[in-house]
Amino acid sequence: MVTFWAMGYEGEVVAQLLPDFERAHPHIRVQLQQLPWTAAHEKLLTAFAGDALPDVCGLGNTWVPEFAALGALQPLDAKIAATPSLDAGDFFPGIWDTGVVDGKVYGLPWYTETRLPYYRTDLLAKAGIARPPRNWDEWRVAMAAVKREVGPQRYAILLPLNEFEPLLNLAIQQPDPLLRDGGRYGNFRSAGFKRALGFYKEMFDKGWAPRVTNNQISNVWDEFGRGYFSFYINGPWNIAEFKKRLPKEQASSWMTMPLPGPDGPGASVAGGITLVVLAHSQHQEAAWQLIQYLSGPQVQARFHGLTGNLPSRRSPWNTASLANDPHARAFREQLERAKPTPKVPEWERIANEILLVAEQMVDGKLDVDAAAAELDRRADLILEKRRWMLDQAAAK
Amino acid sequence: MNGSGRLAGWMFVAPALLVIAVFFVLPVLAALALSVTDFDIYALADRRNLRFVGLGNYLALLANPLFWKALGNTLYFVVIGVPLSIAVSLAAALLLHSRLGRFKPFFRTAFFAPVVTTVVAVAVIWRYLFHTRYGLVNWALSGIGFDPIDWLGDPHWAMPTIILFAVWKNFGYNMIIFLSGLQSIPEDLYEAARIDGASAWRQFRHVTLPMLGPVLLLVGILTMAGYFQLFAEPYVMTQGGPLESTVSVLYLMYEQGFKWWNLGTASAVAFMLFVLMAGITSGLLWFARRRGAE
Repeated sequence: MVTFWAMGYEGEVVAQLLPDFERAHPHIRVQLQQLPWTAAHEKLLTAFAGDALPDVCGLGNTWVPEFAALGALQPLDAKIAATPSLDAGDFFPGIWDTGVVDGKVYGLPWYTETRLPYYRTDLLAKAGIARPPRNWDEWRVAMAAVKREVGPQRYAILLPLNEFEPLLNLAIQQPDPLLRDGGRYGNFRSAGFKRALGFYKEMFDKGWAPRVTNNQISNVWDEFGRGYFSFYINGPWNIAEFKKRLPKEQASSWMTMPLPGPDGPGASVAGGITLVVLAHSQHQEAAWQLIQYLSGPQVQARFHGLTGNLPSRRSPWNTASLANDPHARAFREQLERAKPTPKVPEWERIANEILLVAEQMVDGKLDVDAAAAELDRRADLILEKRRWMLDQAAAK
Repeated sequence: MNGSGRLAGWMFVAPALLVIAVFFVLPVLAALALSVTDFDIYALADRRNLRFVGLGNYLALLANPLFWKALGNTLYFVVIGVPLSIAVSLAAALLLHSRLGRFKPFFRTAFFAPVVTTVVAVAVIWRYLFHTRYGLVNWALSGIGFDPIDWLGDPHWAMPTIILFAVWKNFGYNMIIFLSGLQSIPEDLYEAARIDGASAWRQFRHVTLPMLGPVLLLVGILTMAGYFQLFAEPYVMTQGGPLESTVSVLYLMYEQGFKWWNLGTASAVAFMLFVLMAGITSGLLWFARRRGAE
């Protein structure tokens, strides 16, 4: 008996994939429990404190460093080495890397996401932009042209002020790491991060982006259809949403494009779900069989068919439904360049501070230098305990 | 009292004392202990990572601008919201109590209805009402020539909107208490006042208000204690934004404790709020005692 926790809608759908696994492994029974996303993190930590974690779990990949630091995850290096049929090179390198902490592999990527711009082909054409921008300068030209075209009531791009993801994706394209000295200090005063901050601020200052949060946009798909904004940096789940929610006559008026970088196509944040085996599990071998099955190419292709989630390895992308989907093509290209966020347990808190400081900067309360300094100050405070822990470990 | 009587007395209160000890005293002591440590996920992994920090959490909070901002937002909410809420409740109670009123059971139910609805469901509807471009409120305002207001997105308007929401949501509860208070005022007092030629306003000022004194005190303390614990409204409507203008003390505690698992800091926030509320409540009681309202 293997217990398996999975989150959200995917947690329901994965039940359809389990009978095949149980047929192939008659001695293993899988008990699936679905967790809602909003309560998942608390439930996992409480389960850890109460020693009630399952055998297998699908973790948001930014949580892997946290649970690895807790000692809750089983390193998989030995199992991977003993399984020649598992082709680690088939996974997108940046996605695979999200499961690796301090050189140890803690998980197999299951399904994945990254962010890139959705854009209105018709509005760009109207504004005289023939092909989607590939670097920031071309993007500036395109946004200025769109803004001129749509007038004062509408905008070129939507960067919701309560999301850190758009800014973080611009920042991860930079050569400078976001944290320095092994994650002991923030590195937000680096030239690269300031460049990203500056570009982000510019989009608001020039009136290309409205100063709004998601709360003020009651329906982002309708607004995209109405042309309230022409670029929207978001994840792959919106392919299905836009197909479903935009009227038929607009079906060919939008497309996805790789995320422009400072000089040519840039990186983006490697997100997604990683399958992990919990360290205390009594069924290590069965748990390993299960995560190997779920991250296998055929199963990933089937899972994509059921949910629309993007596979974390390359071979399933050759199936017809993905290879022939023009909206998915940019994601296929973008995933090759995806990069993980810094692998420290404090990262989500720091990302939240990025959101708060960026909002103040956009509001005109801070300039780029002051925002960068403030972010470093906040990050260094959050990382104080981590520095102490690393020093303790080094002293031993 | 003899020995066996005393024992019997203790036996009778023992179950209640036990419940209070287990579910109140122990958690409070544990939280107090937590608040002088830096308990976080590292400490959850290994107790050796737990550090005693003394008053460190409290000092760090006092040095944290967000804490002061949260405190300021909470005080703003309490100082405007509590009097407004009490005034609206009293006005509604007076209307319902008036002999001229019609359909009283209907209005009593209608005014009380928001109290029994779920905060979350109603907050979602309010978010639509106060939507900048499609909301009913801005549509009505534009009808009489006002520019649209970004109710929940403008840092200056977000807290007033939340206050309006909270007042609307809660006034029915106090209204019922006031109504029972009004009904217990003897009618002959009004009769005497009328014979003396007192106007309606002076009857209210010199008969109703003094007779309602103890009720007012009770309602004031209950409402204040409730309003200091502002959480659900910003949690659902604004998530503390825009620009942290609706972060309340309790919201800060929730973020620290349940989002980031900094239980040490979160406990310190809880105790600071407790001290503040205890201080203000006893101040209010002292004031009322001096005025002889008790």
